Amino acid sequence: MALLNLHLKVWRQKNNEDEGRFVDYNIQDISTEMSILEMLDVLNEKLIKEGQEPVAFEHDCREGICGCCGIFINGRAHGPLKRITTCQLYMRHFKDGETIVLEPWRAKGFPVLKDLMVDRSAFDRIIAAGGFVAVNTGGAPDANAVPIPKHNLEKALDAAECIGCGACVAACKNASAMLFVSAKVSHLVRLPQGKPEREKRVFAMLNQMEKEGFGSCTNTEACSAECPKGISMDVIAQLRREYFRASVRQEKE
Amino acid sequence: MALTGLFLYIFLIEHLIANLLLLNNDNGEAYTIYAEVLGSAYNIPLRIIEFGLFFFLLYHATNGTRLWITNRNAKGIHYFVNRASENSTFFSRFMIQSGSVIFIFLVIHLRSFFVHYRLETPDDTMYQGVVKAFENPLYSWFYIIAMILLAFHLVHAFQSAFQTLGLRHNKYTPFIKSFGVIFSILICAGFALIPVYFLYINNTGGH
Repeated sequence: MALLNLHLKVWRQKNNEDEGRFVDYNIQDISTEMSILEMLDVLNEKLIKEGQEPVAFEHDCREGICGCCGIFINGRAHGPLKRITTCQLYMRHFKDGETIVLEPWRAKGFPVLKDLMVDRSAFDRIIAAGGFVAVNTGGAPDANAVPIPKHNLEKALDAAECIGCGACVAACKNASAMLFVSAKVSHLVRLPQGKPEREKRVFAMLNQMEKEGFGSCTNTEACSAECPKGISMDVIAQLRREYFRASVRQEKE
Repeated sequence: MALTGLFLYIFLIEHLIANLLLLNNDNGEAYTIYAEVLGSAYNIPLRIIEFGLFFFLLYHATNGTRLWITNRNAKGIHYFVNRASENSTFFSRFMIQSGSVIFIFLVIHLRSFFVHYRLETPDDTMYQGVVKAFENPLYSWFYIIAMILLAFHLVHAFQSAFQTLGLRHNKYTPFIKSFGVIFSILICAGFALIPVYFLYINNTGGH
Protein backbone atom coordinates (compact mmCIF):
# COMPACT_ATOMS: atom_id res chain seq x y z
CA MET A 1 0.00 0.00 0.00
CA ALA A 2 1.62 3.14 -1.18
CA LEU A 3 1.08 6.49 0.45
CA LEU A 4 0.60 9.65 -1.56
CA ASN A 5 1.44 13.25 -0.87
CA LEU A 6 -0.83 15.51 -2.85
CA HIS A 7 -1.51 19.15 -3.62
CA LEU A 8 -5.17 20.05 -3.67
CA LYS A 9 -6.71 23.08 -5.30
CA VAL A 10 -10.21 23.24 -3.87
CA TRP A 11 -13.00 25.67 -4.72
CA ARG A 12 -14.12 27.36 -1.47
CA GLN A 13 -17.31 29.37 -1.40
CA LYS A 14 -19.18 30.31 1.80
CA ASN A 15 -22.63 30.45 0.26
CA ASN A 16 -24.45 31.36 -2.93
CA GLU A 17 -23.77 35.09 -2.47
CA ASP A 18 -20.05 34.62 -1.88
CA GLU A 19 -17.79 35.03 -4.92
CA GLY A 20 -15.69 31.95 -4.19
CA ARG A 21 -12.00 31.23 -4.75
CA PHE A 22 -9.51 28.39 -4.97
CA VAL A 23 -7.63 27.47 -1.81
CA ASP A 24 -4.51 25.30 -1.95
CA TYR A 25 -3.98 22.48 0.52
CA ASN A 26 -1.15 20.00 0.92
CA ILE A 27 -2.10 16.61 2.22
CA GLN A 28 0.25 13.78 3.26
CA ASP A 29 0.12 10.02 3.62
CA ILE A 30 -3.01 9.31 1.59
CA SER A 31 -3.57 5.60 1.04
CA THR A 32 -4.04 4.49 -2.56
CA GLU A 33 -6.94 2.35 -1.34
CA MET A 34 -8.96 5.40 -0.31
CA SER A 35 -11.66 6.88 -2.49
CA ILE A 36 -11.38 10.55 -3.32
CA LEU A 37 -14.20 11.29 -0.86
CA GLU A 38 -12.29 9.48 1.89
CA MET A 39 -9.29 11.62 1.01
CA LEU A 40 -11.52 14.67 1.50
CA ASP A 41 -12.67 13.21 4.82
CA VAL A 42 -9.00 13.08 5.88
CA LEU A 43 -8.54 16.67 4.72
CA ASN A 44 -11.64 17.75 6.66
CA GLU A 45 -10.47 16.00 9.85
CA LYS A 46 -7.22 17.92 9.52
CA LEU A 47 -9.03 21.21 8.88
CA ILE A 48 -11.34 20.69 11.87
CA LYS A 49 -8.34 19.97 14.12
CA GLU A 50 -6.72 23.18 12.90
CA GLY A 51 -9.91 25.05 13.69
CA GLN A 52 -10.73 25.75 10.03
CA GLU A 53 -13.98 25.30 8.16
CA PRO A 54 -14.12 21.83 6.52
CA VAL A 55 -14.76 21.50 2.77
CA ALA A 56 -18.46 20.90 2.07
CA PHE A 57 -19.27 18.20 -0.49
CA GLU A 58 -22.36 16.10 -1.06
CA HIS A 59 -22.33 12.34 -0.59
CA ASP A 60 -24.61 9.59 0.57
CA CYS A 61 -24.31 5.94 -0.43
CA ARG A 62 -20.66 6.02 -1.53
CA GLU A 63 -21.25 3.05 -3.82
CA GLY A 64 -22.21 4.81 -7.01
CA ILE A 65 -25.98 4.44 -6.93
CA CYS A 66 -27.46 7.43 -5.10
CA GLY A 67 -26.24 10.19 -7.42
CA CYS A 68 -25.40 12.59 -4.60
CA CYS A 69 -21.67 12.97 -5.01
CA GLY A 70 -20.35 14.91 -7.92
CA ILE A 71 -17.13 16.87 -8.14
CA PHE A 72 -15.41 18.23 -11.23
CA ILE A 73 -11.99 16.64 -10.77
CA ASN A 74 -9.01 17.73 -12.87
CA GLY A 75 -11.25 19.02 -15.62
CA ARG A 76 -13.59 16.01 -15.79
CA ALA A 77 -17.00 15.32 -14.25
CA HIS A 78 -16.51 12.55 -11.65
CA GLY A 79 -12.79 12.54 -12.46
CA PRO A 80 -10.70 11.02 -15.23
CA LEU A 81 -12.22 7.53 -15.40
CA LYS A 82 -15.26 6.48 -17.39
CA ARG A 83 -18.53 5.18 -15.98
CA ILE A 84 -17.91 5.85 -12.30
CA THR A 85 -19.19 8.39 -9.80
CA THR A 86 -16.91 10.53 -7.66
CA CYS A 87 -17.15 8.14 -4.70
CA GLN A 88 -15.92 5.28 -6.91
CA LEU A 89 -12.74 7.12 -7.88
CA TYR A 90 -9.81 5.68 -5.97
CA MET A 91 -6.59 7.43 -5.07
CA ARG A 92 -4.55 4.75 -6.88
CA HIS A 93 -5.43 6.58 -10.09
CA PHE A 94 -3.37 9.58 -8.95
CA LYS A 95 0.41 9.96 -8.80
CA ASP A 96 2.47 11.00 -5.80
CA GLY A 97 2.96 14.77 -5.79
CA GLU A 98 0.10 15.36 -8.25
CA THR A 99 -2.06 18.46 -8.08
CA ILE A 100 -5.77 17.69 -7.96
CA VAL A 101 -8.18 20.49 -8.89
CA LEU A 102 -11.65 20.15 -7.35
CA GLU A 103 -14.49 22.33 -8.63
CA PRO A 104 -18.25 22.20 -8.14
CA TRP A 105 -20.59 21.46 -11.08
CA ARG A 106 -20.89 24.65 -13.10
CA ALA A 107 -24.38 25.55 -14.34
CA LYS A 108 -26.88 28.34 -13.74
CA GLY A 109 -29.41 25.63 -12.93
CA PHE A 110 -27.16 24.24 -10.20
CA PRO A 111 -26.35 27.16 -7.87
CA VAL A 112 -23.43 26.50 -5.52
CA LEU A 113 -24.65 26.03 -1.93
CA LYS A 114 -21.22 25.80 -0.40
CA ASP A 115 -17.72 24.86 -1.61
CA LEU A 116 -18.16 21.77 -3.81
CA MET A 117 -21.86 21.31 -3.11
CA VAL A 118 -24.49 22.46 -5.58
CA ASP A 119 -28.27 22.65 -5.32
CA ARG A 120 -29.66 20.04 -7.72
CA SER A 121 -33.30 20.53 -6.75
CA ALA A 122 -33.90 21.79 -10.30
CA PHE A 123 -33.84 18.10 -11.32
CA ASP A 124 -36.57 17.36 -8.75
CA ARG A 125 -38.73 20.12 -10.22
CA ILE A 126 -38.18 18.74 -13.73
CA ILE A 127 -39.32 15.32 -12.50
CA ALA A 128 -42.31 16.88 -10.72
CA ALA A 129 -43.26 18.64 -13.96
CA GLY A 130 -43.67 15.42 -15.94
CA GLY A 131 -41.41 12.57 -14.90
CA PHE A 132 -44.15 10.52 -13.29
CA VAL A 133 -46.86 7.99 -14.13
CA ALA A 134 -50.46 7.87 -12.94
CA VAL A 135 -51.41 4.72 -11.01
CA ASN A 136 -54.69 3.32 -9.81
CA THR A 137 -55.29 3.26 -6.10
CA GLY A 138 -56.04 -0.07 -4.46
CA GLY A 139 -54.10 -3.30 -4.53
CA ALA A 140 -50.95 -3.54 -6.60
CA PRO A 141 -51.57 -5.23 -9.96
CA ASP A 142 -49.95 -8.60 -10.57
CA ALA A 143 -46.46 -8.18 -11.97
CA ASN A 144 -47.27 -10.37 -14.96
CA ALA A 145 -50.60 -8.64 -15.69
CA VAL A 146 -48.95 -5.98 -17.86
CA PRO A 147 -47.02 -7.57 -20.73
CA ILE A 148 -43.92 -5.65 -21.76
CA PRO A 149 -41.79 -6.79 -24.70
CA LYS A 150 -38.33 -7.84 -23.55
CA HIS A 151 -36.57 -5.35 -25.85
CA ASN A 152 -38.60 -2.39 -24.54
CA LEU A 153 -38.04 -3.50 -21.01
CA GLU A 154 -34.27 -3.67 -21.46
CA LYS A 155 -34.16 -0.28 -23.17
CA ALA A 156 -36.35 1.27 -20.49
CA LEU A 157 -34.09 -0.10 -17.79
CA ASP A 158 -31.00 1.18 -19.63
CA ALA A 159 -32.50 4.68 -19.45
CA ALA A 160 -33.64 4.10 -15.85
CA GLU A 161 -29.99 3.65 -14.88
CA CYS A 162 -29.78 7.47 -14.66
CA ILE A 163 -29.13 8.43 -11.04
CA GLY A 164 -29.64 12.17 -11.56
CA CYS A 165 -26.12 13.08 -10.44
CA GLY A 166 -25.90 16.00 -12.87
CA ALA A 167 -22.60 15.02 -14.51
CA CYS A 168 -24.26 15.53 -17.91
CA VAL A 169 -25.03 19.15 -17.05
CA ALA A 170 -21.57 19.61 -15.54
CA ALA A 171 -19.77 18.26 -18.61
CA CYS A 172 -21.95 20.08 -21.15
CA LYS A 173 -20.53 23.37 -22.38
CA ASN A 174 -24.11 24.61 -22.59
CA ALA A 175 -25.10 23.29 -19.14
CA SER A 176 -27.94 21.46 -20.86
CA ALA A 177 -29.92 18.89 -18.89
CA MET A 178 -30.98 17.15 -22.08
CA LEU A 179 -29.47 13.75 -21.26
CA PHE A 180 -31.18 13.70 -17.88
CA VAL A 181 -34.58 14.73 -19.27
CA SER A 182 -34.23 12.34 -22.21
CA ALA A 183 -33.30 9.42 -19.96
CA LYS A 184 -36.46 9.97 -17.93
CA VAL A 185 -38.66 10.39 -21.00
CA SER A 186 -37.11 7.35 -22.68
CA HIS A 187 -37.52 5.27 -19.54
CA LEU A 188 -41.21 6.07 -19.13
CA VAL A 189 -42.30 6.08 -22.75
CA ARG A 190 -41.06 2.56 -23.37
CA LEU A 191 -43.28 1.15 -20.65
CA PRO A 192 -47.07 0.80 -20.86
CA GLN A 193 -47.39 2.54 -17.50
CA GLY A 194 -45.87 5.69 -18.99
CA LYS A 195 -48.19 5.92 -22.00
CA PRO A 196 -51.10 8.03 -20.60
CA GLU A 197 -48.87 11.10 -20.03
CA ARG A 198 -46.80 10.51 -23.15
CA GLU A 199 -47.56 13.76 -25.02
CA LYS A 200 -47.79 16.06 -22.04
CA ARG A 201 -44.62 14.78 -20.41
CA VAL A 202 -42.20 15.88 -23.13
CA PHE A 203 -43.40 19.48 -23.18
CA ALA A 204 -43.75 19.73 -19.40
CA MET A 205 -40.25 18.45 -18.70
CA LEU A 206 -38.56 20.46 -21.45
CA ASN A 207 -40.35 23.66 -20.40
CA GLN A 208 -39.28 23.11 -16.82
CA MET A 209 -35.71 22.45 -17.94
CA GLU A 210 -35.66 25.79 -19.75
CA LYS A 211 -37.26 27.56 -16.79
CA GLU A 212 -34.57 26.23 -14.49
CA GLY A 213 -31.94 27.96 -16.62
CA PHE A 214 -30.35 24.96 -18.31
CA GLY A 215 -28.99 25.44 -21.82
CA SER A 216 -29.95 23.64 -25.00
CA CYS A 217 -28.40 20.62 -26.65
CA THR A 218 -25.86 21.13 -29.45
CA ASN A 219 -24.98 17.43 -29.76
CA THR A 220 -21.40 17.63 -28.50
CA GLU A 221 -22.09 14.27 -26.81
CA ALA A 222 -19.98 15.27 -23.79
CA CYS A 223 -22.86 14.30 -21.46
CA SER A 224 -23.01 10.72 -22.63
CA ALA A 225 -19.22 10.37 -22.52
CA GLU A 226 -19.11 11.55 -18.90
CA CYS A 227 -22.27 9.82 -17.67
CA PRO A 228 -21.34 7.43 -14.83
CA LYS A 229 -24.11 5.11 -16.01
CA GLY A 230 -23.23 5.37 -19.69
CA ILE A 231 -26.65 6.65 -20.80
CA SER A 232 -26.49 6.68 -24.58
CA MET A 233 -27.17 9.58 -26.96
CA ASP A 234 -29.95 7.34 -28.28
CA VAL A 235 -32.22 8.67 -25.53
CA ILE A 236 -31.78 12.26 -26.75
CA ALA A 237 -32.71 11.21 -30.28
CA GLN A 238 -35.74 9.47 -28.81
CA LEU A 239 -36.72 12.65 -26.94
CA ARG A 240 -36.54 14.52 -30.25
CA ARG A 241 -38.88 11.99 -31.85
CA GLU A 242 -41.21 12.16 -28.86
CA TYR A 243 -41.19 15.95 -29.14
CA PHE A 244 -42.11 15.88 -32.83
CA ARG A 245 -44.75 13.24 -32.18
CA ALA A 246 -46.25 15.22 -29.32
CA SER A 247 -46.20 18.44 -31.39
CA VAL A 248 -48.33 16.74 -34.02
CA ARG A 249 -50.62 14.82 -31.73
CA GLN A 250 -51.24 16.94 -28.68
CA GLU A 251 -54.81 18.20 -28.60
CA LYS A 252 -56.06 21.51 -27.28
CA GLU A 253 -57.65 21.24 -23.87
CA MET B 1 -30.57 24.63 -36.96
CA ALA B 2 -30.81 21.12 -38.38
CA LEU B 3 -33.33 21.82 -41.14
CA THR B 4 -31.78 25.10 -42.25
CA GLY B 5 -28.35 23.47 -42.02
CA LEU B 6 -29.38 20.61 -44.29
CA PHE B 7 -30.89 23.09 -46.74
CA LEU B 8 -27.59 24.99 -46.79
CA TYR B 9 -25.86 21.67 -47.41
CA ILE B 10 -27.92 21.20 -50.57
CA PHE B 11 -26.98 24.70 -51.64
CA LEU B 12 -23.29 23.95 -51.10
CA ILE B 13 -23.53 20.89 -53.35
CA GLU B 14 -25.21 22.92 -56.11
CA HIS B 15 -22.68 25.73 -55.72
CA LEU B 16 -19.74 23.34 -55.84
CA ILE B 17 -20.94 21.58 -58.99
CA ALA B 18 -21.34 24.96 -60.69
CA ASN B 19 -17.98 26.19 -59.46
CA LEU B 20 -16.24 23.15 -60.86
CA LEU B 21 -17.27 24.47 -64.30
CA LEU B 22 -14.55 27.07 -63.69
CA LEU B 23 -11.98 24.30 -63.95
CA ASN B 24 -13.24 23.44 -67.45
CA ASN B 25 -10.46 24.63 -69.74
CA ASP B 26 -12.73 26.65 -72.06
CA ASN B 27 -11.89 30.16 -70.90
CA GLY B 28 -15.02 30.24 -68.80
CA GLU B 29 -17.60 29.59 -71.55
CA ALA B 30 -19.61 27.00 -69.62
CA TYR B 31 -19.41 29.02 -66.42
CA THR B 32 -20.56 32.21 -68.13
CA ILE B 33 -23.61 30.45 -69.55
CA TYR B 34 -24.39 29.06 -66.10
CA ALA B 35 -23.97 32.49 -64.49
CA GLU B 36 -26.30 34.06 -67.06
CA VAL B 37 -29.02 31.45 -66.63
CA LEU B 38 -28.77 31.63 -62.85
CA GLY B 39 -28.72 35.41 -62.77
CA SER B 40 -31.54 36.02 -65.23
CA ALA B 41 -34.22 38.20 -63.69
CA TYR B 42 -36.89 36.09 -65.44
CA ASN B 43 -35.84 32.93 -63.65
CA ILE B 44 -38.66 33.28 -61.13
CA PRO B 45 -38.40 29.87 -59.35
CA LEU B 46 -34.71 30.48 -58.77
CA ARG B 47 -35.40 33.97 -57.42
CA ILE B 48 -37.80 32.40 -54.89
CA ILE B 49 -35.25 29.76 -53.88
CA GLU B 50 -32.60 32.47 -53.65
CA PHE B 51 -34.79 34.47 -51.31
CA GLY B 52 -35.33 31.35 -49.21
CA LEU B 53 -31.61 30.72 -49.19
CA PHE B 54 -30.83 34.17 -47.79
CA PHE B 55 -33.62 33.84 -45.27
CA PHE B 56 -32.48 30.41 -44.07
CA LEU B 57 -28.86 31.52 -43.96
CA LEU B 58 -29.71 34.55 -41.82
CA TYR B 59 -31.98 32.45 -39.62
CA HIS B 60 -29.25 29.83 -39.19
CA ALA B 61 -26.69 32.51 -38.28
CA THR B 62 -28.88 34.54 -35.92
CA ASN B 63 -30.41 31.51 -34.24
CA GLY B 64 -26.95 29.99 -33.83
CA THR B 65 -25.70 33.19 -32.23
CA ARG B 66 -28.76 33.38 -29.98
CA LEU B 67 -28.22 29.77 -28.87
CA TRP B 68 -24.56 30.46 -28.21
CA ILE B 69 -25.42 33.45 -26.00
CA THR B 70 -28.17 31.68 -24.00
CA ASN B 71 -26.01 28.56 -23.62
CA ARG B 72 -23.06 30.61 -22.41
CA ASN B 73 -25.30 32.26 -19.87
CA ALA B 74 -26.67 28.89 -18.79
CA LYS B 75 -23.13 27.75 -18.01
CA GLY B 76 -22.31 30.84 -15.96
CA ILE B 77 -18.83 30.40 -14.52
CA HIS B 78 -16.44 28.32 -16.58
CA TYR B 79 -14.17 25.67 -15.12
CA PHE B 80 -10.64 26.53 -14.09
CA VAL B 81 -9.50 23.21 -15.52
CA ASN B 82 -11.66 21.69 -18.25
CA ARG B 83 -10.44 18.74 -20.27
CA ALA B 84 -13.28 18.88 -22.77
CA SER B 85 -11.23 17.11 -25.42
CA GLU B 86 -11.71 13.92 -23.40
CA ASN B 87 -15.46 13.88 -23.93
CA SER B 88 -16.28 15.73 -27.15
CA THR B 89 -14.80 16.61 -30.51
CA PHE B 90 -13.03 19.88 -31.16
CA PHE B 91 -15.42 20.58 -34.03
CA SER B 92 -18.53 20.27 -31.89
CA ARG B 93 -17.25 22.75 -29.33
CA PHE B 94 -16.23 25.48 -31.78
CA MET B 95 -19.28 25.75 -34.03
CA ILE B 96 -19.85 29.43 -33.24
CA GLN B 97 -16.21 30.28 -34.01
CA SER B 98 -16.11 28.36 -37.30
CA GLY B 99 -19.57 29.71 -38.13
CA SER B 100 -18.48 33.30 -37.47
CA VAL B 101 -15.49 33.02 -39.80
CA ILE B 102 -17.77 31.53 -42.46
CA PHE B 103 -20.16 34.45 -41.97
CA ILE B 104 -17.38 37.02 -42.41
CA PHE B 105 -16.22 35.09 -45.45
CA LEU B 106 -19.74 35.13 -46.89
CA VAL B 107 -20.04 38.90 -46.50
CA ILE B 108 -16.79 39.40 -48.45
CA HIS B 109 -17.67 36.65 -50.91
CA LEU B 110 -21.12 38.10 -51.65
CA ARG B 111 -19.64 41.59 -51.94
CA SER B 112 -17.13 40.49 -54.60
CA PHE B 113 -19.42 38.26 -56.63
CA PHE B 114 -23.12 38.51 -55.84
CA VAL B 115 -23.40 42.26 -55.25
CA HIS B 116 -21.04 43.20 -58.06
CA TYR B 117 -22.40 40.95 -60.81
CA ARG B 118 -26.05 40.87 -59.88
CA LEU B 119 -26.90 44.19 -58.32
CA GLU B 120 -24.35 46.55 -59.87
CA THR B 121 -23.53 47.00 -63.58
CA PRO B 122 -20.27 45.13 -64.17
CA ASP B 123 -17.95 45.84 -67.09
CA ASP B 124 -16.54 42.31 -67.13
CA THR B 125 -17.96 38.77 -67.03
CA MET B 126 -18.23 36.85 -63.80
CA TYR B 127 -15.56 34.44 -65.03
CA GLN B 128 -13.09 37.29 -65.49
CA GLY B 129 -13.98 38.53 -62.03
CA VAL B 130 -13.28 35.12 -60.54
CA VAL B 131 -9.92 34.86 -62.27
CA LYS B 132 -8.97 38.38 -61.17
CA ALA B 133 -10.01 37.81 -57.58
CA PHE B 134 -8.08 34.58 -57.25
CA GLU B 135 -4.93 36.08 -58.76
CA ASN B 136 -4.63 37.88 -55.45
CA PRO B 137 -2.88 35.39 -53.12
CA LEU B 138 -4.34 37.11 -50.08
CA TYR B 139 -7.89 36.64 -51.35
CA SER B 140 -7.19 33.06 -52.41
CA TRP B 141 -5.66 32.08 -49.10
CA PHE B 142 -8.47 33.68 -47.15
CA TYR B 143 -10.83 31.62 -49.31
CA ILE B 144 -8.88 28.43 -48.61
CA ILE B 145 -8.76 29.07 -44.85
CA ALA B 146 -12.48 29.81 -44.83
CA MET B 147 -13.06 26.47 -46.58
CA ILE B 148 -10.99 24.65 -43.95
CA LEU B 149 -13.16 26.22 -41.26
CA LEU B 150 -16.26 25.33 -43.27
CA ALA B 151 -15.05 21.73 -43.21
CA PHE B 152 -14.66 21.95 -39.41
CA HIS B 153 -18.21 23.29 -39.20
CA LEU B 154 -19.68 20.63 -41.48
CA VAL B 155 -17.91 17.68 -39.89
CA HIS B 156 -19.95 18.23 -36.73
CA ALA B 157 -22.97 19.66 -38.50
CA PHE B 158 -23.87 16.73 -40.73
CA GLN B 159 -24.33 14.05 -38.08
CA SER B 160 -25.63 16.61 -35.58
CA ALA B 161 -28.50 17.53 -37.92
CA PHE B 162 -29.64 13.90 -38.07
CA GLN B 163 -29.36 13.58 -34.29
CA THR B 164 -31.48 16.72 -33.81
CA LEU B 165 -34.14 15.29 -36.10
CA GLY B 166 -34.18 12.14 -34.00
CA LEU B 167 -32.76 10.05 -36.85
CA ARG B 168 -30.47 7.84 -34.86
CA HIS B 169 -30.23 4.12 -35.08
CA ASN B 170 -27.46 1.67 -34.33
CA LYS B 171 -27.76 0.45 -37.93
CA TYR B 172 -27.37 3.67 -39.85
CA THR B 173 -25.85 6.22 -37.45
CA PRO B 174 -22.26 4.93 -37.88
CA PHE B 175 -22.75 5.32 -41.65
CA ILE B 176 -24.14 8.88 -41.27
CA LYS B 177 -21.18 9.81 -39.10
CA SER B 178 -18.44 8.54 -41.41
CA PHE B 179 -20.28 9.63 -44.56
CA GLY B 180 -20.68 13.13 -43.08
CA VAL B 181 -16.97 13.48 -42.40
CA ILE B 182 -15.89 12.31 -45.86
CA PHE B 183 -18.62 14.26 -47.64
CA SER B 184 -17.86 17.49 -45.74
CA ILE B 185 -14.15 17.28 -46.41
CA LEU B 186 -14.77 16.54 -50.11
CA ILE B 187 -17.10 19.52 -50.50
CA CYS B 188 -14.65 21.92 -48.89
CA ALA B 189 -11.69 20.45 -50.75
CA GLY B 190 -13.66 20.93 -53.96
CA PHE B 191 -14.23 24.62 -53.22
CA ALA B 192 -10.61 25.13 -52.13
CA LEU B 193 -9.43 23.56 -55.38
CA ILE B 194 -10.64 26.62 -57.31
CA PRO B 195 -8.33 29.26 -55.77
CA VAL B 196 -5.50 26.72 -55.84
CA TYR B 197 -6.18 26.16 -59.56
CA PHE B 198 -6.18 29.85 -60.47
CA LEU B 199 -3.29 30.73 -58.18
CA TYR B 200 -0.86 27.97 -59.04
CA ILE B 201 -2.02 25.98 -62.05
CA ASN B 202 -3.80 28.27 -64.45
CA ASN B 203 -2.68 31.80 -63.63
CA THR B 204 -2.87 33.02 -67.21
CA GLY B 205 -6.56 32.36 -67.79
CA GLY B 206 -8.89 35.20 -68.73
CA HIS B 207 -6.17 37.32 -70.31
